[in-house]
Amino acid sequence: VTQRAFILFGALFVLFVAIGWVLGAANITLLLVQSFAYALIALGLNIQWGYGGLFNFGIMGFLMLGGFAVTFISFPINAAFWNSEGPYLLARAVAAFAAGTLLVFGASRAHRIGIRGGWKTALTVLAWALAYLVYRSQIDPAVAYIEGSAGWIGGLGLHPVLGWLFGGVLAAGVAYIVGRICLGLRTDYLAIATIGISEIIRALLKNMDWLTRGTLTVSPIPWPTPLPQALQAQGVTITDSFVLARLGFLAVVLVVLVAIFFLVQRAYGGPWGRMMRAIRDNHVAAASMGKDVKARQLEIFILGSVMMGIGGAILVSFGQIYDPGSFQPINHTFLIWVMVIVGGAGNNWGAVFGALLIYMAWMISDPVAQALFYTISNWSTDIGWGAIPEIQSRASQMRVLVLGLVITAALRFAPRGLIPEVVRRER
Amino acid sequence: LNELIFFFNTVVISGVVLGSIYAVGAIGVTLIFGILRFAHFAHGDMMTMGGFIAFLLAAAAAAAGIVAPVPTGFLVLPIAMVIAAVLALGIDKGFYAPLRARGARPVTLLIASIGVTLIIQGLIRLFFGSSSYSFFDTEIKQLYRIEVPLPDVTRTINFTQPQLLMVVCTALAVVALHFFLTRSRLGKAMRAMSDNPDLAQVSGINTKLVVRVTWIIAGSLACMAGTMLALDVSLKPDLAFNIVLPIFAAAIVGGLGQSYGAIAGGFLIGFAETLAIFNWSILLRPLREALPFDLPNNLAVVPTEYKLTVAFVILVIVLLWRPTGIFKGAST
Repeated sequence: VTQRAFILFGALFVLFVAIGWVLGAANITLLLVQSFAYALIALGLNIQWGYGGLFNFGIMGFLMLGGFAVTFISFPINAAFWNSEGPYLLARAVAAFAAGTLLVFGASRAHRIGIRGGWKTALTVLAWALAYLVYRSQIDPAVAYIEGSAGWIGGLGLHPVLGWLFGGVLAAGVAYIVGRICLGLRTDYLAIATIGISEIIRALLKNMDWLTRGTLTVSPIPWPTPLPQALQAQGVTITDSFVLARLGFLAVVLVVLVAIFFLVQRAYGGPWGRMMRAIRDNHVAAASMGKDVKARQLEIFILGSVMMGIGGAILVSFGQIYDPGSFQPINHTFLIWVMVIVGGAGNNWGAVFGALLIYMAWMISDPVAQALFYTISNWSTDIGWGAIPEIQSRASQMRVLVLGLVITAALRFAPRGLIPEVVRRER
Repeated sequence: LNELIFFFNTVVISGVVLGSIYAVGAIGVTLIFGILRFAHFAHGDMMTMGGFIAFLLAAAAAAAGIVAPVPTGFLVLPIAMVIAAVLALGIDKGFYAPLRARGARPVTLLIASIGVTLIIQGLIRLFFGSSSYSFFDTEIKQLYRIEVPLPDVTRTINFTQPQLLMVVCTALAVVALHFFLTRSRLGKAMRAMSDNPDLAQVSGINTKLVVRVTWIIAGSLACMAGTMLALDVSLKPDLAFNIVLPIFAAAIVGGLGQSYGAIAGGFLIGFAETLAIFNWSILLRPLREALPFDLPNNLAVVPTEYKLTVAFVILVIVLLWRPTGIFKGAST
């Protein structure tokens, strides 16, 4: 860590204290938990983009998967579903899905029994169509039944931390599929392909009411640490209970973040990190040195996505509500990109710094813009131009503009980020 | 035959309209990629911006009391396109040109285009809030009904006046672009630069001028596509994110850098989307007696909510099967 990083982190600390002074302890602890969760996600992107040079515009999708995972694992059991025909119908749909997967897989192996060329293509298309039909024929009645009777399948009632882990696992599974399909593509194609996949994940989770309650949203999702209400029951005052409960959650998040940061930082310095940088800087040369470029890229894509899944799960369980409709590419994909670019791609300290700084700027630019607008509005009323209409809703849009200006300025004046990557060279 | 006409109304007409919007948008994306070698993600927001410029002009025209036989949106379209072209030039000057001068990689330009997206979107939301607008608050959409001179046919072929004008406008734009690219000196220079920028520069082509012309064309076409989309449905500040995916899919399917490919890709995606959400059981209903099984009520390939995924699935298939697009696209 350089002197510059020390100064910047010191300035950030002062900024946090100042904001905390203005907003109060309850608000600053809320912002801290969220910004550290974002730091985890930014680390995930930093692995993919900073270490591996892989473009991922589908962060939102992985965050949604993490959120779904924690909802599914930790939300209390829905007895109405388990006592109905639902599980049986769903099991049949899963079986149909498995059969379809087998069919498609079999078709992809058809060359082993001598079916080649155009016939194999035709067989593959046929297998996909058949698998889709079989799956639809089973899932449609199951969905109609579940949504008609129990509403949705509910959760499993397990510990939230298990949900975070499952978020990582789920993200890894999807990242494996995405990576297998897309990683061979050029950067531009990879960018659009990942955007597309995250949009598909959003469309699915938003519309599968039987699985996620869709736009009806799920809440309250339990915390791994005591809730403010639980503390209040023990006789803590209301203001203190919020601060204490959030500090407890913050401690858990910090443990996760520090552990992952340590591992990621060690990996960067080790042979694995060197290999990744070699692949990023010149994958042709790396391949000629005997590195399996595709497999390594898949590996790093999955690792980064796991961190995104865990981060998304943490954010959802902290917010206690899972609302698939609230996920937006701006808030959940591009915000993270700005964090990593501004902080410094390739440098973990930079990624964490960028995450904390940008999240704070993102959150406070709304009230600041509001105050600014009220001042201008008063002034324009005084000189007879009339007030600005709908200040509240306009001010909240201001942060999108701020985000755009920040990333543009960063690319222009600090293209390697505020805490740039330090490439050590042996002389 | 009533069913066939219903099919024509819901699939062919909306497919053509959607396809022309996608095609006009995708041409811009593909031109920018061909000349400047980066995927311009802000294109969707340039479309929204164009839509809002046209909306403001239309409102101004209505306030000035101008009445025309066509919807005011089309009347002001040329002026809006000029303004959008100037803005596109300004965006290039302000955001991309400094990065290019520094010799930044195309990936950096791609990230910069995200910044531009956010800025445009932030500005639009700042001024227009997040509600949706319609061009047809004060005027009416004229509906055309064409009787089909066949016995037993009760349905008519329906389409609206804006839809007809949109298709005409697209055809005009495509023909104009074709003549520009093949007949004019500048158009030939553009194609040369898209094929090989270094060779083009060495052979005395003014690359700076070509870049400017690219932005002018892309900006005005984006404005046109955005206005058409706004005329067909409604104008929303967050229109861009829903449109940028199919447009990129169209451009990639057609082969990035290929203008004709973009047109073909646009129509392909447009038709695929409308075909996929069409309820096929309506077409099969007359054959109900002949079929060996009961006809379900809804036989759409995908439910309507998943319309967006269709474009993407096509994209993935094309990328796997022919990675440079149907028409050979530019590499790197």
